[in-house]
Amino acid sequence: MDSKKGMLAAGGVVGLLSVLLVVFGNPANMGYCIACFIRDIAGGVGMHRADVVQYARPEVMGLVIGAFVMAKSRGEFASKGGSAPFIRFFLGALMMISALVFLGCPLRMVLRLAGGDLNALPATGGFVVGIAIGIFFLNRGYNLKRNYTLAKSEGYAFPLVNVLLLMVLIAFPGVLFFSESGPGSMRAPLFIALASGLIVGALAQRTRLCTMGGIRDIILFRDNHLFLGFAGIFVVALVGNLVTGNFNVGFAGQPVAHTETLWNFLGMLGVGFSAVLLGGCPLRQLILAAEGNTDSAITVMGLLVGAAFAHNMSLASSPAGATPNGKLVLIIGLAIMAGIAYLNSDLAVSTAKGGVNVE
Amino acid sequence: MLNSIDARGLSCPQPVLLTKKAIDQQLTDLTILVDNETAKGNVLRFLQNAGYTVDIDMSEDTYQLQAKKS
Repeated sequence: MDSKKGMLAAGGVVGLLSVLLVVFGNPANMGYCIACFIRDIAGGVGMHRADVVQYARPEVMGLVIGAFVMAKSRGEFASKGGSAPFIRFFLGALMMISALVFLGCPLRMVLRLAGGDLNALPATGGFVVGIAIGIFFLNRGYNLKRNYTLAKSEGYAFPLVNVLLLMVLIAFPGVLFFSESGPGSMRAPLFIALASGLIVGALAQRTRLCTMGGIRDIILFRDNHLFLGFAGIFVVALVGNLVTGNFNVGFAGQPVAHTETLWNFLGMLGVGFSAVLLGGCPLRQLILAAEGNTDSAITVMGLLVGAAFAHNMSLASSPAGATPNGKLVLIIGLAIMAGIAYLNSDLAVSTAKGGVNVE
Repeated sequence: MLNSIDARGLSCPQPVLLTKKAIDQQLTDLTILVDNETAKGNVLRFLQNAGYTVDIDMSEDTYQLQAKKS
């Protein structure tokens, strides 16, 4: 079964592949970044025109297909859905916008730490605080209600879309956008990226690896099971970065990062909070969607659309820092998350006035 | 005392939270219904960490976890 050693090992493999993908050409500290990769895909299919972040990253399609095959082979594939789909779509978009204020999902946050990027420290603090806020609502009955068994075809649609996108990337790349400079132009060879995606997808499905879950379960249940995966990623990526010469300690001049402590903190606070409300980090949403969970598929679509908005409306940060639009929308987003959390908890039922807290 | 929790269709951590609530009330005999592998694994791990012995039955899409503590 999914033992503690297995969890640690799975994290280790993710850490190792992350280091190798950078060696093979991915941007530094971005062997894996689900938020960044989905953002790149949004650019690759032309949903935004930020020409430095456009590439239909095969790692993502690999993750989904790897998790799908693993779930099928273990009899765990099941078409499920119907638990507050539009709220999930919306939270997915807000999660992406929050991640792009920091410039990374929780997975990349760990990888940035392992690369010596100290800006990831306040981000980690924000992530933990965001999760703690989410837990406050979980303990007060927050949930998005039950899901239901759906027609088989419903669950197959998301993996199929990923197969189709992969086929387009391989056979008809002319219809896609490809960055010629910037992070989107830095890419490991297609089949290496795809293979590493397949491996991580299969492992993540098998172990239920989730970066948010690791911290949530420690706070909520004093259970370190999922956190071991998180720890495995960090330790192996740290050692790997030291070996390959990709470890540079400091705040300034870090790859695809900015030094605004407050916005690094608040960005990841938003990611942690929304991830608790959604029941999983961006990686976990991809894996669940691959297992036939269409609520998670909708969440991934929210991530994709959120990424397009983030770049079309200058919400995403750049190495120069967070943007005025990004700061404003992040604050509004946090208020909306708090509102959603409140309205779907026992608090909304048991108290008369409908106050909303902004963190 | 006997108590039954229907956590089918709920995604994690809800099934574990509901189980925790029951355990916090010192219930020694629990039945928990879940409908996916992840929830089954998480509830099982939580119950075992809390010192319960657990029997699992599976019928169609539902896992029934029978937990006892002496």
